[in-house]
Amino acid sequence: MEDCLSRKIEITVSEAEKRTGRNAMNMQETYTAYLIETRAVESQNEGQCSPVDSLWRRYSEFELLRNYLLVTFPHIVVPPLPEKRADFVWHKLSADNMDPDFVERRRIGLENFLLRVASHPVLCQDNIFYSFLTQEGGWKEMVNETGFQLKADSRLKALNATFRVKNPDKRFTELKHYSDELQSVISHLLRVRARVADRLYGVYKVHGNYGRVFSEWSAIEKEMGDGLQSAGHHMDVYAASIDDILEEEEHYADQLKEYLFYAEALRAVCRKHELMQYDLEMAAQDLTSKKQQCEELATGTVRTFSLKGMTSKLFGQETPEQREAKIKVLEEQIQEGEEQLKSKNLEGRDFVQSAWADIERFKEQKNHDLKEALISYAVMQISMCKKGIQVWTNAKECFSKM
Amino acid sequence: YLQDASLAEANSFSPSMPTSPSSMINQYKFEDEPELKDLFITVDDPESHITAIETFITYRVVTKTSRSEFDSSEYEVRRRYQDFLWLKSKLEEAHPTLIIPPLPEKFIMKGMVERFNDEFIETRRKALHKFLNRIADHPTLTFNEDFKIFLTAQAWELSSHKKQGPGLLSRMGQTVRAVASSVRGGVKNRPEMFTEMNDYVETFSQKINVLDKIAHRIYKEEREYFNEMKEYGPIHTLWSASEEDIADSLKGVASCIDKCCKATEKRMTGLSENLLPIIHEYVLYSEILMGVLKRRDLIQGELDSKVDALASRRAEKDAITEEIGKLEDKVECANNALKADWERWKQNMQYDMRSAFTNVAENNLHYYEEVKCT
Repeated sequence: MEDCLSRKIEITVSEAEKRTGRNAMNMQETYTAYLIETRAVESQNEGQCSPVDSLWRRYSEFELLRNYLLVTFPHIVVPPLPEKRADFVWHKLSADNMDPDFVERRRIGLENFLLRVASHPVLCQDNIFYSFLTQEGGWKEMVNETGFQLKADSRLKALNATFRVKNPDKRFTELKHYSDELQSVISHLLRVRARVADRLYGVYKVHGNYGRVFSEWSAIEKEMGDGLQSAGHHMDVYAASIDDILEEEEHYADQLKEYLFYAEALRAVCRKHELMQYDLEMAAQDLTSKKQQCEELATGTVRTFSLKGMTSKLFGQETPEQREAKIKVLEEQIQEGEEQLKSKNLEGRDFVQSAWADIERFKEQKNHDLKEALISYAVMQISMCKKGIQVWTNAKECFSKM
Repeated sequence: YLQDASLAEANSFSPSMPTSPSSMINQYKFEDEPELKDLFITVDDPESHITAIETFITYRVVTKTSRSEFDSSEYEVRRRYQDFLWLKSKLEEAHPTLIIPPLPEKFIMKGMVERFNDEFIETRRKALHKFLNRIADHPTLTFNEDFKIFLTAQAWELSSHKKQGPGLLSRMGQTVRAVASSVRGGVKNRPEMFTEMNDYVETFSQKINVLDKIAHRIYKEEREYFNEMKEYGPIHTLWSASEEDIADSLKGVASCIDKCCKATEKRMTGLSENLLPIIHEYVLYSEILMGVLKRRDLIQGELDSKVDALASRRAEKDAITEEIGKLEDKVECANNALKADWERWKQNMQYDMRSAFTNVAENNLHYYEEVKCT
C-alpha cells in the first residue's frame, strides 16, 4: 500500500474570504477565495507544533486542478468538486453563491475534495497536485505548461466512439448503466428530500403561531392562563427547533451530492475505455483493409467490388512498376499498422486493468461512505424525534394544568 | 351550582322560564356525575331522501332514558337539519340568556360542488350529536318541553306541534318592538360584570378564530408533508435495486419512511377528529355568547325605557310601576341565568380545551415515539 500524501500532511481548507479583483476582460468581479493550510504530520507526533503553510485559492483554480487530473489520469475515478451553483434548494436556503451558508458548505466540500485526492494512492503522488497545495505563485502557468489541454479528448470524438464502438468490455457497459441509474435516483431523491424539508419546515413554523395566540389568550383567562402561557412557550421552542434539524440534514444531502457527482466521474472512465476501444477497432479495420488492398494488387484479383478495380478495368491497368511501388508503400504501412495495433492493444488492456482496479477501490469507498451516511441520517431522525418527544411532553403537562 | 332562591322566584313571575318543578330539584351538573345521567342520545345513520321538490338528509336520533316524564324508555326518530334549527330557535326563545349550544353551519364556506358529500355529512352528524348531548347535559335545557318533543315525536306529530305557538312574524315583531323601545339596549345601566363578560367575549372570539385558522393551517401543512413523504420512501427502494452491498440499508430506510408516513396520517386524523371540531365549535360558541349578551342587554333595555317612561308619565304610575316590577324581575332572572350558565360554559370550555390540546400533545408524542422506534 503506497504511502498516501494524507498520511504525511494535514490539509484543511480553513477559511473563506470575499475578494474583488479584475478578471481577464478587466472588469471588476467579486469572488470567494479559500485558505488552504498544510502542516506536516510527523513532527506532531513528537509533540512539536509544526509550522503551518498556507495559501489562497479560488474555485476556478480547483476546477483547473481537477481538469488536469481528469486528463492525466483517465483510468482513475477522479473525486468531484462541490457544486458550482446551489442546486436542490428548498425555499429557506438561498440559491445565491455569495450566501454565507452556501460558502461555508462549499468550503467543507473543497476540503473534502483535497482530502480525497490526497488519500488516493495514485493521485496523491502527482506534482501538480502537491504544488497546488504548496506553491501559490506561478502554479497556473505550471499546469498550462504540461499541455494537458492538448491531450484532452474532444467531446465530439468521445460521443462518436460511444455510438460506434462494437465490442466494449461488458463490465464497462454495465458500469455505465449503473452510473446513469445512480445519478438519476440520487437526483430524484435530493429533489424530493428538498420538498419534504420544505413541508416539515412549514409544519414546525406554524406551531410557532400557537405561541403568540396562547400568550394573548392567557391574558383574559384566570385559571387557564398559566397553563396556556407556558404551553405557548413550548410551542415556540418546537417551532425554533426545526432550523438546527434541517441544517444537519443539509450535510447529509451534501454527502449524497458528492456521489451524484461521482457518477459523472465513473462515466468519464467508461467513455475513455470506449474511446480507446473504438480507436483500436478502427485501427484493426484499417489494417485489414490495407492488407486486403495489398493482396489484390499482388494477385491481381479483385475479390470485392471496388471503384479502383472498376476504373482500372475501364481505363486500363497500371504499369507493373506503379503496382510494385504501391505494394511497397502498403507493406510499410501495414507493418507500421501492426506495431501500432499491438501497442494499442497493450494500452487498452493496461487501461482496463488499472481502471478496473480503481473502480473496485471506488466501489468499496462508495459502499462504506453511503452506509455511514444512511446511518447518520437515521441517527438524525431519531434525535429529531427525541426533541419532539421532549417538547410535547412538556406541552402536555402544561395543557393538563389548564 | 345550584340555581337557588332567585330562580324559584323567577318561576312564579317570569313567563319565559319553564315551570317544571323537577328542574328546581335536579340542578346538578350531569357532566360531573355521570352516574346520575339519565338521558342518552345518539345521532347516526344519515339517509338521503329525494322528493319532487328537494333532496335532503335525515339523521336517526335514538334516545334512551329512565326519566318518569318520558312515557317510554327508548325512542327512535328521524330528524332533518331544519328540525334542529327549529329546536334551537325554540330554546333561544324560551331561555334568551342561557348559552344554547351551537349547531353546525348551514353551508360550508368554500363552495362545494356536491352539497352533500360523505365528509360533510359525517362532520355535520358528529356536530348534531354533540349539540343534542350538550343540551341533555344542561341543568335547565334538558327539561325543556320542546326538547322532549324533538326527541320523542313522530314526524307528523312534530310538524303539527311546530305550527302551534307564536309564528315567526309575531316573534320578529316582539324583537323589533324591543329594539325600538331601547335605543342602545341596556348598555348604560349594564352591571360591571356583564361589561367584563363583553370584553372577554370580544377578545376570546378574536383568539379562537385565529386558533381555528392556525389549526387548519397545521393540518394542511401536515397533509402536504404526508404527500411528499409518500414519494420519498419508494425512491430508496428503487435505488436498492441497483446496489448490492447497501441494498439492505436502503430498503431499511425506505420502510422507516413508510412507517413515518403512517404515523403522520394518524396524527392528522387525530387533529381532524379532535382538535379541529372542538375549536370550530367554540368559534360558533363565541358568536352565540355575543348574541346572549346582546339579548340580556335588550331585556335590560326594556326595563330601562320603562323606568324612563315612569319618570316622565306620572299618570299611569301604578300600571307602569307594576310593569317595571315585572321587568326588574325579568332582568334579574336573565342576569342570574346568564351568570350561572357563563360559569358553567367556561368550565366546560376549559375542560374541552384542556383535553383537546392534551390530546394533540399525546398524539404528537405517540407520533414521535413510533417514528423513533422504527
